[in-house]
Amino acid sequence: MTEIEKKSILTNILAQYLNHLSKHLPEDISSALLRLKEQESDDSARAFYETMFRNMELAAELDRPLCQDTGIVQFKIKCGALFPAINELADSLTDAVRIATEEAPLRPNCVLSFEEKNTGDNTGGGVPTVWWEIVPNRYDCEITAYLAGGGSSMPGRAEVLMPSAGYDAIIPFVLDRVAEYGPNACPPLLIGVGVGNSVETAAMNSKNALLRDADSKNSNPKAARIEELLEEGINKMGIGPQGLGGSSSVMGVNLVNTARHPATLAVAVSFGCWCHRRGRLHLDRNLNFESPTHPGFSK
Amino acid sequence: MTEHRDGRIIITTPITDEDIKGLRTGDTFYLSGELMTGRDDVHERVVEEGMAFPVDLNAKALFHAGPIIKTKENGTYEIISIGPTTSMRMERFESAFIEKTGVKIIIGKGGMGADTAAACRMHKTICSAAPAGCSLVCAKCVEEVEGASWTELGMPEAVWHLKVKEFGPLIVTIDSEGRNYFEELKSDYKLRSEEQKLRLIKELK
Repeated sequence: MTEIEKKSILTNILAQYLNHLSKHLPEDISSALLRLKEQESDDSARAFYETMFRNMELAAELDRPLCQDTGIVQFKIKCGALFPAINELADSLTDAVRIATEEAPLRPNCVLSFEEKNTGDNTGGGVPTVWWEIVPNRYDCEITAYLAGGGSSMPGRAEVLMPSAGYDAIIPFVLDRVAEYGPNACPPLLIGVGVGNSVETAAMNSKNALLRDADSKNSNPKAARIEELLEEGINKMGIGPQGLGGSSSVMGVNLVNTARHPATLAVAVSFGCWCHRRGRLHLDRNLNFESPTHPGFSK
Repeated sequence: MTEHRDGRIIITTPITDEDIKGLRTGDTFYLSGELMTGRDDVHERVVEEGMAFPVDLNAKALFHAGPIIKTKENGTYEIISIGPTTSMRMERFESAFIEKTGVKIIIGKGGMGADTAAACRMHKTICSAAPAGCSLVCAKCVEEVEGASWTELGMPEAVWHLKVKEFGPLIVTIDSEGRNYFEELKSDYKLRSEEQKLRLIKELK
């Protein structure tokens, strides 16, 4: 394969994938919504779930984006250092966003800051967002793509606390934000909590938490206990689908943590809406692909 | 005009004070007729820069929404996807916007604040919520995109002139008496979050 061939194949796969992602929810999210719908006891909340499921059917049937806010496209890349298309990947990501904007179509959401100009194709000014991780000695590549909508990005918050505040402090930090912003952020929500040493590591961890499956658990038992308690407590707030009340409020709470400095405890929270358009795509060295979150995605 | 059909309340533009007087917070209704989109930049233009809303909005409805629209080869528009955006972002402007335009029904996502509620009471306007994240259920109720204004603001921020049929379901969030449903719900959520905080911290220890 020449470099030009590699780039064109890769760009095409990625553009098709973004297109698919804007129209189909990942399996973990649709099963979480189904579970919440079945558990719901409030009549009008049940009716909202019916409308949401009807919307999902329409998206597939009409081949159109689930939500008009198709977000800012964000990619988290775990690329093998030996992945044969590593050199083409960065350009392919941007080209794919441009193509998907035209073809899906996605709504142009990229507004150049200070210039206040919408670029019209969802690229420019550092967009799409790309976070790279290079994995030594590997030939494959894992791409997590996320369509970050405005309504769910709005409530995000990060703060560096004093260690004396303790891990308990995560609870009011998250609950206050959910009580204030949750009803407007398209619940039932996926809540991502981050813990780290500084404001940006905590914030990044909270985003990584949103990229994890809704039913996944932190491997540390104390962190997993916080996930579980937060999920239970937020559900008892009874925000319900659409924020108008119901027996639950969240699809899940995920916590991602990295080490902290002895003098800091940085915490962050990010929100995902019920229409959480996030997917993982695996590419092998020959650019064969599969998506564990979207088994329906194939060539 | 208000009709009751198959258990549905359907309001058609032009909207009169009489049409919305009977609607109370939490009620469900549907809208037919003329619906204009307008969000952040539009509000700023009308309220802060003193520009006139590009079409007559009196007795009509406003939608806090930034749709996906396809421009066809003959220059007409096709609606692809449309749903509500967070109304609270417009709170700073909305009371002045209501006063200036005479809009009767505002449709958006989530609730709005005390200033908007006061303006609703004074000018006999209501706010309502469309199903969030359900942009195809909403798009299905759009019969036609009749025109566009201020397209230089970009697709999400432009004013799109929509003709809708039984658009909804819409839930009344602020009624014409100024009662604010979301604020009432939010104070319940806050109360419960305080209870949960105490309980969870105790459980964690």
